[in-house]
Amino acid sequence: MTNVKKNIDINRKASSSSWFNGLVWISSFLILFIFIGLILKLLWGSQQAFATFGIEFLTRAIWNPVTQQYGAVSAVLGTLVTSLIGIVIAIPLAFGSAYALSEIIPIRISRIVTPIIQLLAAVPSIIFGMWGFFFIVPLMARYVQPFLKHNFGHIPILSALFSGPPFGVGLFTGGLILAVMITPFIAAVMQNAFQNTPVLLKESAYSLGATKWEIMRYVTLAWSKKAVLGGIILGWGRALGETMAITFVIGNANKIGWSLFAPSNTISSLIALEFPESATGSLKMSSLMGLGVILMVISFLALFCSRYLLRQSERKLRGN
Amino acid sequence: MDLSSASSQLNNSWVQKNNLVQRRKLKNQLFIIGALGITGLLLLVLFSILAILLINGLSGLSLFTLSHMTAPQGIKGGLLNPILGSLFQTGLAIFLAIPIGVLAGIFLAEYGNTRMVSLVRFISDMLMSAPSILVGLFIYTVIVIYLGYSAFAGICALAILAIPLIVRTTEDTLRLIPTTISEAGFALGAPKWKVIIFVCLPIAKGGIMTGILLAISRIAGEAAPLLFTSLGNSDWSWNIFAPMTSLPLIIYQYADSADDQWVQLAWTAALLITMAVLCLNIVAKSYLEKGLKNKRK
Repeated sequence: MTNVKKNIDINRKASSSSWFNGLVWISSFLILFIFIGLILKLLWGSQQAFATFGIEFLTRAIWNPVTQQYGAVSAVLGTLVTSLIGIVIAIPLAFGSAYALSEIIPIRISRIVTPIIQLLAAVPSIIFGMWGFFFIVPLMARYVQPFLKHNFGHIPILSALFSGPPFGVGLFTGGLILAVMITPFIAAVMQNAFQNTPVLLKESAYSLGATKWEIMRYVTLAWSKKAVLGGIILGWGRALGETMAITFVIGNANKIGWSLFAPSNTISSLIALEFPESATGSLKMSSLMGLGVILMVISFLALFCSRYLLRQSERKLRGN
Repeated sequence: MDLSSASSQLNNSWVQKNNLVQRRKLKNQLFIIGALGITGLLLLVLFSILAILLINGLSGLSLFTLSHMTAPQGIKGGLLNPILGSLFQTGLAIFLAIPIGVLAGIFLAEYGNTRMVSLVRFISDMLMSAPSILVGLFIYTVIVIYLGYSAFAGICALAILAIPLIVRTTEDTLRLIPTTISEAGFALGAPKWKVIIFVCLPIAKGGIMTGILLAISRIAGEAAPLLFTSLGNSDWSWNIFAPMTSLPLIIYQYADSADDQWVQLAWTAALLITMAVLCLNIVAKSYLEKGLKNKRK
């Protein structure tokens, strides 16, 4: 018996050729190296900026290539505001479509409509940029902003948000386009979570006389809230790093103001616009790298949270 | 308490209850209509994008556009070099990404559940959703600084974006294979690598193919990581260490220019890339669906 076992062991050792194992391990290590290299290289590249401005780099509101003064605040604020506008608009859109496609529309139709809506996720981001630039921006400039200004312009806080000439570009337009881009991602996660809710729970609520909406509100949402939250944060993480679509409609101005319709900048749009024209090793390039580090930290944190939540809900599903 | 007052009380509570039921029903209907409306709105958005692309892009689509290089302002140019550049860079990037992605996917699915495996899975997931412009910055610091702007740098950036997608789909499909099948292979005395290559991979072929097609459709439309890696080039050269243009880059350069011809070319390029990406996506998804149906049988 022991002899046989030994033989098998020898056999396995001899034939489980090390070249295949080697290749598999090398590929996996390569992924680790890329990730670690990305983090280290960005930190290394931003060294000069942090050495020159210190930690104040994070709190300075200046971005002036002429006087060589750089600070991250306006770009970081732009990124946060556009992505938050995007997520606020995207949540009802994603929820509505996920609700309709998982609970209301007959499965035969929803099987056709779901992939069509998911096609939105496949459209390249630069196409959203063009769509925004040629379609949404004029719409904003001609109709939406004048309308908002006319109707809400006299209310103290809102008037500040809607102030400025109607260019059509700016934080709000950027957020709107982000919303359209991230909706399919959030909707896919939500729809999956809704469909995974145990039918027994829903049926018992039906038997108590609950309406469809009440079941969604008190049974399905309650059961899948972690996955829903995970999906929303995943969408937010995508919105944070979105570059090409935003670059077209943000207006490129490094100002901080209350107006949602003033030209502005995000971290990624600033990098896309100014990195190609900055000299290697210059303070400007280092500051742009510093912005990249900030973007990396925020978006990895967001991705980490969403992964954690989605994992937990997966575990719950398996537990059931 | 006489009979009539009791009956009126009963009546009252009945009316109240009825009101409540009606309110709940109304709320239910409002939310259902809202959800349906939102779904319609999303479809409308997709169709508006496609319609705008078709209206503006089709008029510039001609044999001339497809067979001529981009030209300086004022001279009529085409899209030949961006089309070639897109094919060239996407193709090489995916060839670079396939072996790495598939092997790492095998590692995640077939090499147990050690700490190393979960670490690689975690990092691959993070890379999958990492902002693509950061990948561009990374490649700039490790390749462009030393070799200059080149198609090679762009290819590396695109490959980094494609690898996590391939890893994920490879792992998922390999995990679907019943362990009895690979155990049958082991029972015949086949070593692990033989079981994986000759038993598991052929079964998982469809799923892995889907992942590869999805990865192509994602990186083909990327412009952000190419902005400061392959830079763009108004001419064509097969030299992998020279700058190279691509359809997304040409859209970025031409779309907000003042020259009408360039804007027209940007629309045509946008139409081409969107159609290519969407078709790839549809093919990949239907491939996946077919594979699943076969499995269910």
